[in-house]
Amino acid sequence: MSETLYYIIVVFGVVTLMMTIAPGLIWFERRLLALWQDRYGPNRVGPFGLMQVLADMIKIFFKEDWIPPFADKKVFVLAPAIVVVTALMSFAIVPFAPGISVSNLNIGLLFFLGMSSLGAYSVVLGGWASNNKYSLLGSLRAAAQMLSYEVFMGLSLMGVVMLTGSFNMNDIVLAQKNRWFIIPQFIGFVIFMIAGLAETHRLPFDIPEAESELIAGYHSEYSGMKFGMFFVGEYLGITLISSLIVTLFFGGWFGPSFLPPVVWFFLKTFIFVSLFILLRASLPRPRYDQLLSYGWKLLLPLSLLNLLITGAIILSG
Amino acid sequence: MFTILNSIWQVFLHTFRKRATYQYPEKKAPLSARWRGRIILSRDPDGGERCVGCYLCAAVCPVDCISLQATEDENGRRYPEFFRINFSRCIFCGFCEDACPTYAIQLIPDFEMSEYNRQNLVYEKEDLLISGEGKYHGYNFYRVAGLAIKGKDKGESERESPPIDVKSLLP
Repeated sequence: MSETLYYIIVVFGVVTLMMTIAPGLIWFERRLLALWQDRYGPNRVGPFGLMQVLADMIKIFFKEDWIPPFADKKVFVLAPAIVVVTALMSFAIVPFAPGISVSNLNIGLLFFLGMSSLGAYSVVLGGWASNNKYSLLGSLRAAAQMLSYEVFMGLSLMGVVMLTGSFNMNDIVLAQKNRWFIIPQFIGFVIFMIAGLAETHRLPFDIPEAESELIAGYHSEYSGMKFGMFFVGEYLGITLISSLIVTLFFGGWFGPSFLPPVVWFFLKTFIFVSLFILLRASLPRPRYDQLLSYGWKLLLPLSLLNLLITGAIILSG
Repeated sequence: MFTILNSIWQVFLHTFRKRATYQYPEKKAPLSARWRGRIILSRDPDGGERCVGCYLCAAVCPVDCISLQATEDENGRRYPEFFRINFSRCIFCGFCEDACPTYAIQLIPDFEMSEYNRQNLVYEKEDLLISGEGKYHGYNFYRVAGLAIKGKDKGESERESPPIDVKSLLP
């Protein structure tokens, strides 16, 4: 009974935490972007402008929930839910600290890859159901981008799996007790980072929404809380990719013992969230064909090479 | 590849730069003396109105926001009976200041003129008139112009010699 209660607490804790972090990140990102552009960002509403998010949330909740008459209504409503659900489901396999994870799946990594593949449906269906040329162009781009980057996103992680010998996230963290996987798997880390950027379609890889070309891409027709769901989904995606980078390459909850493991985990995650925002602040968007050729011609062979060399080292050593 | 990493690093270095924003209501932005803001009507050094009601400002105004009615007082000085600027139309181009022959209408460095009611943006003469001389000191139109008013006949203004009596043969 107490074990069940414990799991219920963990599940609700993780969901609440993630749904709090996602809007918090909006504030965090705006402040960081402002810092790097020599501005202040929101600093008026509440302490350090923290209440700005609350004000935006209240505004977005009270907006008219409008569905365009030309849209495919059911799919239109379903699409933003998919992105949030898949991102939240992926958090089920993230081990926050020893014993604190929703599910100790023995195929945890595969579960994450599957969920991120499902997440692509959200963007594709959202653009399709909007019945708008810009949305459709955005979702077409999203489909091509996410499919091609998913390929070596999985392949880049296989090095870690080979070193650990398990898909279980807990085992992967425990295998990094003495040496983080960033050292033997540096190429894998770089590739996963780039693929993660493309997978969450963050800048510089925000080609599906590219506001200077496609208005807002796949969510041109969305407004109110449905747009908010896409937004929250994006920030959940950033947190997810960052926490996975930490789990897979930077030793998860391990760290010097003056801080508890959970704090180490979140500290590392926030460093990577900041890195994502720094990339947004500094890099321009590549052209669409550049993105695809970069993926297929450079990153895919590189990840295969990484896999080959890792395998060779494991076999010889 | 190196340039990408370098640009990321350069952007990161902005963490330690000074921020360019002025925290506006607490800290005002410095405005130059020539800044084109709120329009005022100035007075001459003796305290009289500089405006002579020539309508040049109203004529040059590209958005027709100035309206006035010229009249004449008992001394023969022209002055505007009413002078009205609709600041909800004004684009602060400064043409009126350029056109003004008597330095009466001037734009000053002030932009804080927000109102809750649109009608309050229509400024009447008593709102526009200031008690000082504005940007141009010591200028008095009637003292340098050849126009005759009460107390100053033709030829009595500065830098002007008395008119020649054409009916007399004396040198």
